[in-house]
Amino acid sequence: MARIVLEHLGKQFGSVAALRHLDLEVAHGEFMALLGPSGCGKTTTLLLLAGIYRPTSGQILFDGVVVNDLPPQDRHIGMVFQSYALYPHMNVFENIAFPLRLLRRPPDEVRRRVAEVAALVQIEGLMDRKPSQLSGGQQQRVALARALVKEPTLLLLDEPLSNLDAKLRVLMRAEIKRLQRQLGITTILVTHDQVEAMTMADRIALLKDGLLQQVGTPDDLYYRPANTFVAGFIGSPPMNFIPARIEMADGRATLVGEGLHLAAPDALVPVLASRRGSEVLVGLRPEDIRLSPVPAEGAPQARILDIEPLGREMVVAVTVGRQMIVALADHGFGGRHDQPVWLTVPTGRLYVFDPATDARIA
Amino acid sequence: MAQTAAALRPWRTAAEVARRAQRARRRETVGRLSLYAVLGVLSLPLLLPYMWLVAAAFSKNVSYGLIPSGFTLENWRFLWVRNLGLVTGTEGRLPNIWQVVGNSLALAVGTTLVIVVVATLAGYYASRRSFPHRTAFLQAALMLQAFPSITLLVALFILLRSLNLLNSMTGVVLVIASLHLPFALFVMKGFFDGIPWDIEMSAMIDGASRLRTWYAVLLPQVRNGIAAIAMFSFLWGWTDYVFVLTFILKRSAWTMALYLSSVIGEYRFVDYGVMAAVGVFYMIPSLVFFVFTQQYLMQITLGGTKG
Repeated sequence: MARIVLEHLGKQFGSVAALRHLDLEVAHGEFMALLGPSGCGKTTTLLLLAGIYRPTSGQILFDGVVVNDLPPQDRHIGMVFQSYALYPHMNVFENIAFPLRLLRRPPDEVRRRVAEVAALVQIEGLMDRKPSQLSGGQQQRVALARALVKEPTLLLLDEPLSNLDAKLRVLMRAEIKRLQRQLGITTILVTHDQVEAMTMADRIALLKDGLLQQVGTPDDLYYRPANTFVAGFIGSPPMNFIPARIEMADGRATLVGEGLHLAAPDALVPVLASRRGSEVLVGLRPEDIRLSPVPAEGAPQARILDIEPLGREMVVAVTVGRQMIVALADHGFGGRHDQPVWLTVPTGRLYVFDPATDARIA
Repeated sequence: MAQTAAALRPWRTAAEVARRAQRARRRETVGRLSLYAVLGVLSLPLLLPYMWLVAAAFSKNVSYGLIPSGFTLENWRFLWVRNLGLVTGTEGRLPNIWQVVGNSLALAVGTTLVIVVVATLAGYYASRRSFPHRTAFLQAALMLQAFPSITLLVALFILLRSLNLLNSMTGVVLVIASLHLPFALFVMKGFFDGIPWDIEMSAMIDGASRLRTWYAVLLPQVRNGIAAIAMFSFLWGWTDYVFVLTFILKRSAWTMALYLSSVIGEYRFVDYGVMAAVGVFYMIPSLVFFVFTQQYLMQITLGGTKG
């Protein structure tokens, strides 16, 4: 277990900045996810932590000690690669035993610990197989066992689930989470899948273009997004962003967009009042929008553009003026293509962003 | 619609279907047989000389230099008769065959060792690390392969003389190895290119040093490439004629190629039997070596490094 601190960490490849002044702290035994689209610098961060890359600027501290120039073999970490990176010429036992052999552990200890960790990930029956004789899920378990066998101070997971089929992915998600809790190893997961990050991690660091956008619990990122990028990245289907103008009347704030009048909750009034008349972006989560087949008091009218049934619920795309808005409806929603519907949004379930800086205002 | 389709079909009953199926089978058999016949005829020019060589090596007589007859081991006397001369009065003109074999093996194995060690290290480096003028280096190496090595003969002679390596097997080993290294380097670079970076990183994170990663994790995965260049290097050394002829001036350092050439060329009356026996004897090590490495060579096309 270790406490990991990244101070102003930066990595430059030629003229390309893959990572820019990242400050991040991972507590003892914490499960942290590095989330972001491809090219956001999350894998670079992981390889910096592993010691494969050397930082261009800033520092990496393991338990308060700067390890910037410590080679990977001396960092005592375990890592699971997206490709699993099993050694094709070794059988499962030799793959898992490899880190222990490098530590020159006695043979009976190697056998015992390999057996223990194999039991932990449930692959006891596969010890004599070569990696090419294993299924994707089994290879993943072997990779996990190999990463865990030396009881690393830090476990790094690089998109460990993205090569598995959907069903297995859900299973391994729970499995990895259980192991992490049970062993209490400080873990850093890299993923581009927000569901993976939300379901597995204690905290999420969301990156974009090498810059940290927000770090916090899954709830923080979902309910208190720092900017439009975070708000749009977390949640599926993604948040709707609607250009609107702040209007004040009788001490109440209204957000006026094309064909839309949304009343702002009272708590937001002081913030919005100071920006009276300015243009903003209103964020609406699809799951917060109600669609009604009958006209409701003050509810804007929309037209159904498309319906995607997902079983339990339906993704309904509607148009309000020239603006497309995506909403989630129950499976009982009886709307048809091109029918009129009326939108209602419970007050308080809206976000307001500054279109110039993308930062959340309220 | 369904009726039209049925009407257009060229068969109606089960018997008609069976007849058509039989005709298709027959056509297939005839096709396969004629293919074998054509391939057989095409490979005759390749096979006949070898068949003649083996037959002549064990024959008493080779009439008109073409047709062998009568079984004998007399042609193999070069293996046990010391001071062999092929024509009366020429005893001792040929060096001892076992010394010649030893020289040839030294040349072939030496060449193999130099090429395998250098190409494996250099191939890894060229595949993985960046260094100044990397592209220019690789292009130049490739270009060297394009010149006929025989054009370098005089220059190499002078070079070896000034290095005091004339008349020594070391000199010939170095010349042959360096002329073929570009090819071996590219073969090995290709094999190392085929290993994902992840595996190398994984080994280092697991606690292996760079050197340990290289020999414990990467080398086993490029063993097909090593087998390939080892086999080629062995053959380059074993079959070389020109460089040995030019750089080795004393009889005691002769190799099999020179021995064979002297059997063929030194006398006006060629003993075809002895020549054939020496030829067959000359082929044996290559065949043995090929038998041991061919299973790796066959895997090359199947992508042996895939895990």
